[in-house]
Amino acid sequence: MRTKRGLFAVPYVIWLALFVVIPIVIMLVYSLTVEVETATGTELAGSVENFTGMSLYMGVFGRSFWLALVATLICLLIGYPVAYLMSREGPGFQRVAMALIMLPMWMNFLLRTYSWMAILENNGLLNQLFQKIGVIALYNRLTGSDVEYFQMIRTPGAVVLGMVYNYLPFMILPIYTVLTKLDHRLIEAAQDLGANSSTVFRRVILPLSVSGIVSGVTMVFVPSVSTFAISRLLGGGTQMMLGDLIENQFLGGAYNPHLGAAIAMVMMVIVVICMLVMNHFGDGEGEAVML
Amino acid sequence: MSKELIRLKDVTQVFDGETVLKNVNIYFNDKEFLTLLGPSGCGKTTMLRIIGGFQTPTSGDVYFNGERINDLPPYKRQVNTVFQKYALFPHLNVYDNVAFGLRIPKDAGDGSKEKIKLSKEEIDQRVREMLEVVSLKGFEHRSIASLSGGQQQRVAIARALVNRPKVLLLDEPLGALDMRLRKDMQQELKRIQQQMGITFINVTHDQEEALAMSDTVVVMNEGVIQQIGTPEDLYNEPKNAFVADFIGESNIVDGIMREDKVVEIFNRRFACLDSGFEKDEPVDVVIRPEDVDIVSEAEGQLRGVVTSVTFKGVHYDTIVDFYGFKWLIQTTDYCPVDSHIGIKIDPDGFHVMKKSKYSGMFGDYSSYSEEYDEINDPTIIDEEEAEGAEDED
Repeated sequence: MRTKRGLFAVPYVIWLALFVVIPIVIMLVYSLTVEVETATGTELAGSVENFTGMSLYMGVFGRSFWLALVATLICLLIGYPVAYLMSREGPGFQRVAMALIMLPMWMNFLLRTYSWMAILENNGLLNQLFQKIGVIALYNRLTGSDVEYFQMIRTPGAVVLGMVYNYLPFMILPIYTVLTKLDHRLIEAAQDLGANSSTVFRRVILPLSVSGIVSGVTMVFVPSVSTFAISRLLGGGTQMMLGDLIENQFLGGAYNPHLGAAIAMVMMVIVVICMLVMNHFGDGEGEAVML
Repeated sequence: MSKELIRLKDVTQVFDGETVLKNVNIYFNDKEFLTLLGPSGCGKTTMLRIIGGFQTPTSGDVYFNGERINDLPPYKRQVNTVFQKYALFPHLNVYDNVAFGLRIPKDAGDGSKEKIKLSKEEIDQRVREMLEVVSLKGFEHRSIASLSGGQQQRVAIARALVNRPKVLLLDEPLGALDMRLRKDMQQELKRIQQQMGITFINVTHDQEEALAMSDTVVVMNEGVIQQIGTPEDLYNEPKNAFVADFIGESNIVDGIMREDKVVEIFNRRFACLDSGFEKDEPVDVVIRPEDVDIVSEAEGQLRGVVTSVTFKGVHYDTIVDFYGFKWLIQTTDYCPVDSHIGIKIDPDGFHVMKKSKYSGMFGDYSSYSEEYDEINDPTIIDEEEAEGAEDED
């Protein structure tokens, strides 16, 4: 009986092997080899120099993790209250709010990010608005400076904004799901035992929504740390992140798939370590999301 | 003997245009075990939630120790609740669940801003004491999920009582337990109430449980209190057909009070003990199934035909057709189906009640088996929960 039912898992196992395990093995092989020029052409040779030479890119690593961390924290700070307030409203409000949160996700990711470019550019919508209503003039008068626009695009802030905008729904949804499933009686029980609303939140609601937070953080942090489109478009080349670096090794001018694979491996290991630490806090409930 | 602790004055509760409590007036004494009893949707849970502070009445006032507490939030009331399905905190173990209330700094109660915070040692001592009261010593570090229903019930009781409330509210506390455990817990709750010496207000739809545990039972239906009394009062002197039917089994027949201590049913006059009615006043007459003696047809005051017999262990439930009206008689004598029998009823076997809106609705056992199924239907508990869920918002 058991083995028969196990047969249903076979397609999934094959899928995993073909598209997850084998690619990782290929990446590992790539990352541990370099191309060596010989008399007859180029040849592959085993080497760890892809890893040892990576210290060159420490700044990119640092920036990637830092910006992803900031974006994740901002998503959490915005997402949790939104999810919390939504979960306490009536079903009609919840449906509308959910639709509004999902709506931007129906549009193409790149299109959304290009829109932000148009908004944030030096002669973009926002700067034009600031000019019209005199914010820039006011700023110049107050600080004694003489700027024609605010530099918003090509800053770390623009990259973080792009990440928050694109990934916020992934923070809201898991937290919202956990909060709506929370038994209202537990809140009443805490009130009954003398807890005012802030104590109820700290001692009951927050601890019981940790699994949602872990899922949300994972789902925002992982794509943020590896993004390349957002940093390219909104960072304008000044905010190179790991994603850009890796892309550059495979498709760009720096063509070196061996180094690209090595960077991708290191990033993967660091992300996995981060997630394991997170899951430890979440009592392992968020693990399903990660795997 | 005991002083009044809680009073509801003209309390009315309306949900979405539906009146759940109608002008309820009631008081609760200190140190008594009181049960709110009634079918699903009678308003008993709503009344409990009003006392607990989870519901503000649409109109009317709630007094605690003479003070109006309508607007006092639950966390400031000297009342604790054992919730239906217990509502234990799943992220905390047994010890931390019980310690939850003690770890929250409380108002000193003298109007000052000062908060009283218990020391770790004091909390520890009180938690351990309470776990001993509910016989859960050694379970401190168990997770809630690893406990049986009965054990969770005990944790819920300990978690509420450890705060030393003046009143403990119990919302269908035994509803989720199986029969055997329920009987044990009835005794246990009674013992704990006497040991703690505080007021217990229990909500149930199980009349047997209400009679077994309570000092006072409040029978409710359709948002109105039907009768308040000791279990004996309710059983022996029901006020109307609803109470007579809800508390125990009863045959309720139309009668006419011919004069004091003489009642007429089926055109025959019987001696009874009731008086104080108008001459020839139409009344409802309750005859309990165990107060009827089966005799030979010739000796009987009334004659009927047995239509069904069910063996119940101690007695037989015998349904007898008297002139088209079916009675339930509980007897240790076996009478086969279709046998013609006579019955005798002593004067104290009659209980005469004034006519009410419930007259004619209960007491005929023509549909006995269906009614019996209903009594034993576990889905009734679920309906009660649905009512509780609606109340929440």
